[in-house]
Amino acid sequence: MQSALKISGLKKTYKGGFQALKGIDLTVKQGDFFALLGPNGAGKSTTIGIIMSLVNKTAGKVVVFGHDIDQELETAKSFIGVVPQEFNFNQFESLMKILVNQAGYYGVERKLAVQRAEKYLKQLNLWEKRNDSARMLSGGMKRRLMIARALMHEPQMLILDEPTAGVDIELRRSMWEFLRELNQQGITIILTTHYLEEAEMLCRNIAIIDSGIIVENTNMKSLLAKLDVETFVFDLKPNSVPTALADFSSRVIDDHTLEVDVKKRQTINAVFSELNKQGIEVLSMRNKSNRLEELFVGLVGSGQASSKSAVKE
Amino acid sequence: MASSRNIIALKSILHKEIHRFMRIWVQTLVPPAITISLYFVIFGSLIGSRIGEMGGFDYMSFIVPGLIMMTVITNSYSNVASSFFSAKWQRNVEEMLVAPVPNWVIVAGYVGGGMARGMLVGGIVTFVSMFFVDIQIHNIWVIITTVALTSATFALGGLINAIFAGSFDDISIIPTFILTPLTYLGGVFYSISLLPDFWQGISQINPIVYMVSAFRYGFLGISDVSLALSFSVLGVFIVSLYTVAMVLITKGIGLRS
Repeated sequence: MQSALKISGLKKTYKGGFQALKGIDLTVKQGDFFALLGPNGAGKSTTIGIIMSLVNKTAGKVVVFGHDIDQELETAKSFIGVVPQEFNFNQFESLMKILVNQAGYYGVERKLAVQRAEKYLKQLNLWEKRNDSARMLSGGMKRRLMIARALMHEPQMLILDEPTAGVDIELRRSMWEFLRELNQQGITIILTTHYLEEAEMLCRNIAIIDSGIIVENTNMKSLLAKLDVETFVFDLKPNSVPTALADFSSRVIDDHTLEVDVKKRQTINAVFSELNKQGIEVLSMRNKSNRLEELFVGLVGSGQASSKSAVKE
Repeated sequence: MASSRNIIALKSILHKEIHRFMRIWVQTLVPPAITISLYFVIFGSLIGSRIGEMGGFDYMSFIVPGLIMMTVITNSYSNVASSFFSAKWQRNVEEMLVAPVPNWVIVAGYVGGGMARGMLVGGIVTFVSMFFVDIQIHNIWVIITTVALTSATFALGGLINAIFAGSFDDISIIPTFILTPLTYLGGVFYSISLLPDFWQGISQINPIVYMVSAFRYGFLGISDVSLALSFSVLGVFIVSLYTVAMVLITKGIGLRS
């Protein structure tokens, strides 16, 4: 099957000498739900900017559904819908006009564009606001407007750069559902996000970029299988925390909270057995952090990379 | 396929641009009508009556073509400069840049929008002029051709200004310090034949002289320079400015990192 996106040897050096991309290779299969993760300044937005021709590349090749952006830029663009990180629509236009104009740029006739605008505004719960000026919308509504806009020409690939940033959890979950439905319809989705839970829940394949280099590129299951230790937090009956657990590394947080590191070869049942032996009652239990987050932090150097220069992110 | 897509894209940009200046008509269409009325009251009735004839016509009739042309120039220029810069500033220019819109369509769409405003305002000002003076028309085709070419020239100029502009101040510098002096010294209020030889020579490097002269010929049948030379100058300006605009947009100056 043809790749939806194939990137090879992609490099970008900005004026001033900052090297945002140091030669990345990436392939996204058709129909995939793909996560591109990385700390601030890692090169995610630069990569997306190059695919969308908003950033001029220094070297390398980008092929979209078999069309090289150096030779067939306009054809390549027609396959892609993009939801950028920052709001980039005319704040003074109505939602309907923004969508219909955008469709026009892709050659969609006005009559058909109006029908599609109605469809997507209704699906994204924005129909009541269709004649309002875009500046009147809340942050979450603006994000949904950008998703509707990206779909107006019915692209085969949707690129979303931090689509749920600043969106409340309820809305985030409804957006996840909407994106899942789009993917089930056959649209290839590439997602960058800071919410690693989001990537873990939605994406089948993942690439992690750090300081302009791809440090991991695999499927989500294989990546999560690499996780050697998970930390669980146990909420115990007050004043009943154990001093130590045999075979487990553990920490007492307060008089009713215990953190236990569980290695891949160990079971949680064994933790419960140990606690039972000491007569300790467990009220509840949860993961200390998202599994992908633990891996991510390990891969990008214990979070140190996040403090690096963030010129273009 | 690609050509029909380009036509729809061009229509979309034009529609957006025309809708923009019509939506803010109080800022875009009304002020020129008020300004031109003041010019007629002051220069036509109060001062003009003391000046007498110029080029064989009463002063009021003589300045009408120049005043209309001045309005067309400033409106064509400022429409594109402010609209394109706003699109850059709000980043909604990216809506076009990420879409399969060829660069010539972007240029044509914005220039078309500037021409539409320039010519509409020119029409409004002409209508207002009819309350102050008996408008005579010597050659309607010369009038239409001149106003179309002039508005295209200055719309292209406004686009180039907006591409380079980094702030709203940058789009007012050229109109204030270059466009207005050139317009006032371009024969709007006088015939350049009245100037001493030296200043007549200097005036010939002012492109607005050729535009006002051709436009005045269309109304009154008199001109400071030949019609052929005026149209040639306009043609050279349009081709040169279009080439510059295309190179800038293709390279992504001010638009792409």
